[in-house]
Amino acid sequence: MFKLESRGHDSKLLAYASPLFAGVLTLICGSILFVLLGKPPLETLYTFFILPISDLYGLSELGVKAAPILLCAIGLAVCYRANVWNIGAEGQLLMGGLVGSWAALSLLDAQGMWVLPSVLIAGMLGGIFWAVIPAYLKTHFNTNEILSTIMLNYISLNILLFAVHGPLKDPHGYNFPESALFSAAQELPILFDGTRLHLGAGLALLAVVVVWVFLSKTFVGFQMQVLGKDARSAHFAGFKDKKLVWLAFIICGALAGLAGVSEVTGPIGQLVPNISPGYGFSAIIVAFLGRLHPIGILFASLLMALMYLGGEMAQINLGLPLAMTGLFQGMLLFFLLACDIFIGYRVVINKRKPTRHIEPAVLSNPSGASTSNLAPPVSLENK
Amino acid sequence: MLRSSLKKLCSSLVFVSLIASVSANVAVANEAKKPLKVGFVYVGPTGDAGWTYAHDNGRKYMEEKLGNKVTTTFVESVAEGADSERVIKQLARSGHGLIFTTSFGYMNPTLKVAKRFPNVKFEHSTGYKRAKNVGTYFDRAYEGRYLAGVTAGLMTKSNILGYVASFAIPEVIRGINAFTLGALSVNPDVKVKVVWVSTWYDPGKERSAAETMILQGADVLTQHTDSPGVINAAEAKGVYAIGYNSDMSVYGPNAHLTAIVHNWGPLYTAKAQAVIDGTWKSENVWDGLAENALDLSPFNPVIPQAIQDQINAVKAAIKSGSLHPFAGPIREQSGAIKIAAGKVIPVGDLMGMNWYVKGVDGKLPH
Repeated sequence: MFKLESRGHDSKLLAYASPLFAGVLTLICGSILFVLLGKPPLETLYTFFILPISDLYGLSELGVKAAPILLCAIGLAVCYRANVWNIGAEGQLLMGGLVGSWAALSLLDAQGMWVLPSVLIAGMLGGIFWAVIPAYLKTHFNTNEILSTIMLNYISLNILLFAVHGPLKDPHGYNFPESALFSAAQELPILFDGTRLHLGAGLALLAVVVVWVFLSKTFVGFQMQVLGKDARSAHFAGFKDKKLVWLAFIICGALAGLAGVSEVTGPIGQLVPNISPGYGFSAIIVAFLGRLHPIGILFASLLMALMYLGGEMAQINLGLPLAMTGLFQGMLLFFLLACDIFIGYRVVINKRKPTRHIEPAVLSNPSGASTSNLAPPVSLENK
Repeated sequence: MLRSSLKKLCSSLVFVSLIASVSANVAVANEAKKPLKVGFVYVGPTGDAGWTYAHDNGRKYMEEKLGNKVTTTFVESVAEGADSERVIKQLARSGHGLIFTTSFGYMNPTLKVAKRFPNVKFEHSTGYKRAKNVGTYFDRAYEGRYLAGVTAGLMTKSNILGYVASFAIPEVIRGINAFTLGALSVNPDVKVKVVWVSTWYDPGKERSAAETMILQGADVLTQHTDSPGVINAAEAKGVYAIGYNSDMSVYGPNAHLTAIVHNWGPLYTAKAQAVIDGTWKSENVWDGLAENALDLSPFNPVIPQAIQDQINAVKAAIKSGSLHPFAGPIREQSGAIKIAAGKVIPVGDLMGMNWYVKGVDGKLPH
């Protein structure tokens, strides 16, 4: 009855309207969910979206939560624009946190302005190291980077666990898997007194601007996007595609590594087994939610962080079970991503019977059928 | 004669009226006070049937005992990284007077928040750092482990016991050693195999670790993880298992011999009452079987009565103090004497245990 039809071009209006549309759908379905749970819908929505950021402290916590997600998502967007399917931001983040912590613990007694930058650079190098492994595998052996980066996530988590249970363990910590607390010289400075908002959030904002300029104003950024849109054209234009792949991985590794080292030298203050509750994975959703644009990603990461904070708030204030807050978060993400389909497609109601049905006989014909017969109806309509 | 009894009467009357007025004052003060808000931070879901489930039972017990004197809030599955500090702080900011943080990874976040909220009392489970308004608590789970070891040592046919362990921290190693010593005390031929799963809660992983050990001949299993996965595995393969954290018999009616059950309720009630009374102080509570901080769940009838009696006798001995699970002689894996005969392990060694006793198979990770 209904079917999706390509618009042929993206609708400008819907590009802006689709998030609003998704928001309205979420509010309606969310309210139904909360009523079914016996919770007052308006108060619950207020607890989710307004209460967490109703004061300066709440806003600062939003920044603390969003910073690592934002850094990872910006890095991933660079990769995805270049058609490099890096799923390994989580592993790169963990490696950044680990190498940064190692540097911090080696410099535990050092004082001076140079200590913190060294620790941060060490963390970024850790992230880069973990990102160039799949870059090498992809450019030399044509290894699928989706698989290699997923695997490397697990490896890096286990290296982190080894380190925190072994060589980096606090020697005075009764064998508990935690490093010693970092010294003041190694901790990221706090931006506002009385909050946990640290310099890492500022660095994340800087990364947004730098990557935006890089992608839209530099020739290398342009080359990268051409590579993403059409690898053959990039090749014919003489762009060095292997170098571009390396660069995309390096940028993402550096940013994810910075996210990791900012967590350990920021809100955590030591190396622990759980430095990330999956920021690198959330960042994949955030990158697409922000449509791979740095400013979009900034808003998407703030929204993602707000949902975490709102979920905690709903548990504390309303006794909403964790599973239900997770369900609600999933609902919002689903609507946001699903509504984006209407930017490129419109719904049409089929009045006449579809004339070009794919005949079962054609489908089952092993030798003859041309591939265009197998393409979905959408592309047929276009031709 | 009469005078003195009059005097007595008078003084007792004064005394009684004094008490009455004091208690009336207290009652008035209590009525005027709002109920104490008590917050709980959990590392897992309340339905994990293990660690968090036991803490949540403690919370419910406290609510029942103290009635309208308290209201409680809990936040479940709080990650042990940067998030936990925000959750703990949010509880402190929203007027909670007493906050229980129930996992080791919350230690430093709890201390950080406590510094900013000097009027809020914090209780951290399993840690070792305290502050003016931060106390610590745990139970002597190793006493229960020793009893579990005795049970396993008497029930095994293959003399191979299996132990699914989470992380090589002192608490877990202490449990493995106590279990092994308990088993050896009744059956000198047993070996304990350990599989480390590097997680607190992953039912699938816990179960497959258990199945591996069953293939290697283990016929009594136990675990230091938070799900009943090991019990499920034992039930499916027809061997025995001993639960931990809570009574897990519903997950394996045939396999489940007994379980070591944490009993947090009385402690939580006492701590909340102390805050209400203004007598709370920062201390390390480490209660055992004698204080009823933990116990064994009811025995499975497949355990012969004679064995049940034997286990109960060991339990009575630990309760009375005549038996200490870590009394010498204790041998390290290499066979060297670690604790000499006639001595009991020093508390420091107990708290920071990082070696296996003789009878445990395999090497400690890292």
